[in-house]
Amino acid sequence: MIPELGHYALMLALGLALIQGIMPIVGTRTNDPVLMSMAAPSALAQFFFVAIAFTSLAICYVTSDFSVLNVFENSNSHMPFIYRLTSLWGNHEGSMLLWVSILAFFGALVAVFGTNLPVVLKANALAVQAWIAAAFHLFILTTSNPFVRIPQAPFEGRDLNPILQDPGLAFHPPMLYLGYVGFSIAFSFAIAALLEGRIDAAWARWVRPWVLGAWMCLTLGIAGGSYWAYYELGWGGFWFWDPVENASLMPWLAGTALLHSAVVMEKRGALKVWTILLAILTFSLSLIGTFLVRSGVLTSVHAFATDPTRGIFILAILVVFIGGALALFGWRAPLLKQGGLFAPISREGALVFNNLFLTTACATVFVGTLYPLALEALTGEKISVGAPFFNSTFGPLFIPLLLVMPFGPLMGWKRGDLLGAAQRLMAAALLGALATAAAFAIEQGGPVLAPFGAGIAVFVMAGAVTDIAERTLFMRVPFRASLQRAIGLPRSAWGTAFAHFGIGATLLGIVAVTAWGSERIAEVKIGDNLDIAHYRLTLDGLFNREGPNYRDMVGRFTVRRMNGEYIGVMEPSRRSFPNRNMTTTEAALMTRGVSQLYLSLGDPGPDERVAVRLYFKPHVLLIWLGAAIMFAGGALSLSDRRLRVGAPRPAKARAVLQPAE
Amino acid sequence: MRRLLAVALLIGLLSPTPSLAVQPDEMLSNPVQEARARSLSRELRCMVCQNESIDDSEAPLAHDLRVLVRERIKAGDNDAQIIDFLVARYGEFVLLKPRLSWHTALLWGLPPVLLVFGGALVLVSLTRRSRALGSEDAKLNNVEEQQLADILSDRRRP
Repeated sequence: MIPELGHYALMLALGLALIQGIMPIVGTRTNDPVLMSMAAPSALAQFFFVAIAFTSLAICYVTSDFSVLNVFENSNSHMPFIYRLTSLWGNHEGSMLLWVSILAFFGALVAVFGTNLPVVLKANALAVQAWIAAAFHLFILTTSNPFVRIPQAPFEGRDLNPILQDPGLAFHPPMLYLGYVGFSIAFSFAIAALLEGRIDAAWARWVRPWVLGAWMCLTLGIAGGSYWAYYELGWGGFWFWDPVENASLMPWLAGTALLHSAVVMEKRGALKVWTILLAILTFSLSLIGTFLVRSGVLTSVHAFATDPTRGIFILAILVVFIGGALALFGWRAPLLKQGGLFAPISREGALVFNNLFLTTACATVFVGTLYPLALEALTGEKISVGAPFFNSTFGPLFIPLLLVMPFGPLMGWKRGDLLGAAQRLMAAALLGALATAAAFAIEQGGPVLAPFGAGIAVFVMAGAVTDIAERTLFMRVPFRASLQRAIGLPRSAWGTAFAHFGIGATLLGIVAVTAWGSERIAEVKIGDNLDIAHYRLTLDGLFNREGPNYRDMVGRFTVRRMNGEYIGVMEPSRRSFPNRNMTTTEAALMTRGVSQLYLSLGDPGPDERVAVRLYFKPHVLLIWLGAAIMFAGGALSLSDRRLRVGAPRPAKARAVLQPAE
Repeated sequence: MRRLLAVALLIGLLSPTPSLAVQPDEMLSNPVQEARARSLSRELRCMVCQNESIDDSEAPLAHDLRVLVRERIKAGDNDAQIIDFLVARYGEFVLLKPRLSWHTALLWGLPPVLLVFGGALVLVSLTRRSRALGSEDAKLNNVEEQQLADILSDRRRP
C-alpha cells in the first residue's frame, strides 16, 4: 500500500509540475495575474507530493519491506537503523528520488520566501524550476521507478554495498545534492530574466543568497566526500581526480565564480550578461555531473551503449535544458545592457581576474574528464587522463588566483590602489616568505616547490586577516575602538575573510600532506615495532570481533612516543561482510593536533604475520577544516542583514537600469 | 583488445577480497630505486581499474605491473625507457598523463588557449570600460556644462 501511495504521489507531482511549468508562463505572456499567482501554490503542492513519495520509500526502507525491489536489492534487516535509512539514496533510483525531492524543496522555499520578488520574475522562475522537475519526475517514473514490487516477497534483502555502510553516506550525498540542485535556483532566475528580457542589480541581490547557500552545501559535501574516501579506502588519499569527483568539482568552481561575479553585479551593476551565463553554466555542470554519475557512461562507453535507456534520457534532458538555455541566452542576452564602468585595477578588476582563472580551471577539469570519453566515442582510441594530468594543469592555474586573492578585498570599487594594497599586504607577504624559509629549513625531502606552496597558503591566510585588520584599523586606533569596528563590520566582510582564510588552510593541508607525509609498508608479527615520524607503534595482538552484519579481524597496536611515553591504542581492522562476500579495510586514525597517524591492515600472511600500511599525515585535518571555515564564511555572509532583508524596491533606480529594448 | 578482454575475464573470476596495494615483498631494497618505482607507478594506470594508478590499485594486474616496473629499474632502464616499454606493450592507455600528440592537442591546448583568449577578451573590454570611465569622469557634456554654469551663477547671485 505504502509504495503504491508513493508511486501515485510522484505521478501527481509530475502533473503539478506541468501545471506549475505552463500556467505562470501563459500568465506572464497574457499579463494575467491569476495565472501568474498559480506558481507559488503549485510549487508548494508539488513539494508536498514529492515529500509523500520520498517518505513512502523511506518507510519501506526503514521497515525493511522487501516486497519492494529497490529495498530488496539495497537493504538488509540486520543493518542498523541509520544505514537502513541511508541505503535509500545509496542506489540509482533512490538517489534520483532524493534529487527531485531537494529540487521540489528549493522550489517551495522560493515560493515561501520570495514574497518580495517582482510577480513576473517569480512566476517565470518557478515555471522554469517546474520544467526541470517535470523532466526528472518523468525520468524516474519511466526509467528508474523505485516503487516496483516483487510478486513474491523474499524474507531477507541483499545487503547495501559495504563501502557505503558508513556515516558518510548519511551526510555526503544529501549535502552534495543540496549544492547541485541549489544552483537550479540561479539557473531558473537567469532563464526568467532572459524570458523577461530585463535584469538589474536587484536580480543579483535576490539570487546571491541562493547561490551562496548552494555553494556552502556543495563545499561541505565535497569535503565530506573527500574525508570519507580518506578514511574508508585504506590508504589515506583525499582527492583522486576521479571523474565522479570532478563532476562535483566543476559546479563548485563555476559556482565560486558565479558567487564573485554576482557581487560585482549587485554592487556595481556590471558583468550582468556574464553573470547570467555563469548561472546557466553552473547548473548545466550540475546536470552534466548527474549525467556522468547516473548514466554509467564513466564505467565504460560500452556499458552505456548496452543499456542506454537511462543514459539517453538524461542526455536528452541535458540537450534540452543546456542547449535551450544557451540558445535563449544567445538570442536575448544582446538585449541586456551592460552597465557599471571600472578601471582594470579595482575590486571589479580583481573579481574579473578571479572569474577568468576559475572558469579556465573549470574548463580544464571539464576537458580532462570528458576527453577520453569523446576520443573513444569518435576514434575508438583509448587514453587515460588521471591525477598527473590534472595536477600539472590545474595547479598552475590556481597559483595566480591564490596570489591575487588577498588583493581583491583590499581594493576599492571602481578604481583601486594597487600600490596601497601591496603595502598593506607587506606583513602578510613577509609571513608567507617566513613560512617558506621555515619549511625549507625544517622539512627535508619533498618536492622543491612545496615550501613555496606553504608560503602561498600562509600568505592567503594572513591576507584574510589583514583585510579584517585594515577594516577595523587594528593597531591604529585604541583596541576598544577596533573591537567596536569589528562588531560593526558587515557580516559579509567577515564572510569573505573567513572563506579566503579557509582556502589558505585547505591549501596548507594539501601541501603539507602531499609533500611531507611519510609512509611505512611492512609485515609485522606480534611484538614487532614500527617507527614513523616521532612515534613508535607496537603490535600487541590480533583478534576477531563480531558486528551486527559483519566480522572484524582487528589488529591492536600501542602507540608511544620515541621516549616510551604511552599515547594510545589504534585498532585497524579488516571487515568481512558474509552477505556480499566482500571485505573492506577499516583504517585506524589517531589525531595529534591537526596531524594524523593512519594505519590500515592488509591480509594476514603465514606464521601470524600481517601486512600493514602506516602513514604519518602532517596537518592533514587542515584540508577539511579549511572547508568548514569556508562554510562558516558562507554562513556569516548569508546572515548579513543586507541579504536577508532583500532589495528595497529601487523605484528611482529602475528607470535608469531599464534595459535597452 | 583481446588482451583487455582476457584481463577483464580475469578480474571477473577473482575474489573481491582487497589486499594492500604495494606489498612489502614487492619493494626494492635500494630506497632510491624504490622511490623511483613509486613515483613512476603513480603515473601508470591499472588498466582494469577505474582511474586508479598501479600504485593505488589492489588488482593483480597492478601487482604484475609494479613488479615489472621494478624489474626494469633493476635492469638499469631509465624512466623514459620504462615508459616507452610499457606504452609499446599496453598502448597509450597505460599513461595517466597522456603524451602530447595530435590526438591530445585539444586536451593539452585548451586550458592555455582559453586563458589567453579569455584574458585578451577581458583586457579589451576592461580598457574600453576604463576609457569610458576616464571620459565619464573627466568631461561633462553640454547639458551638464550648462547646469554647472547655472548652479554657479545661482550661487553668485544671492
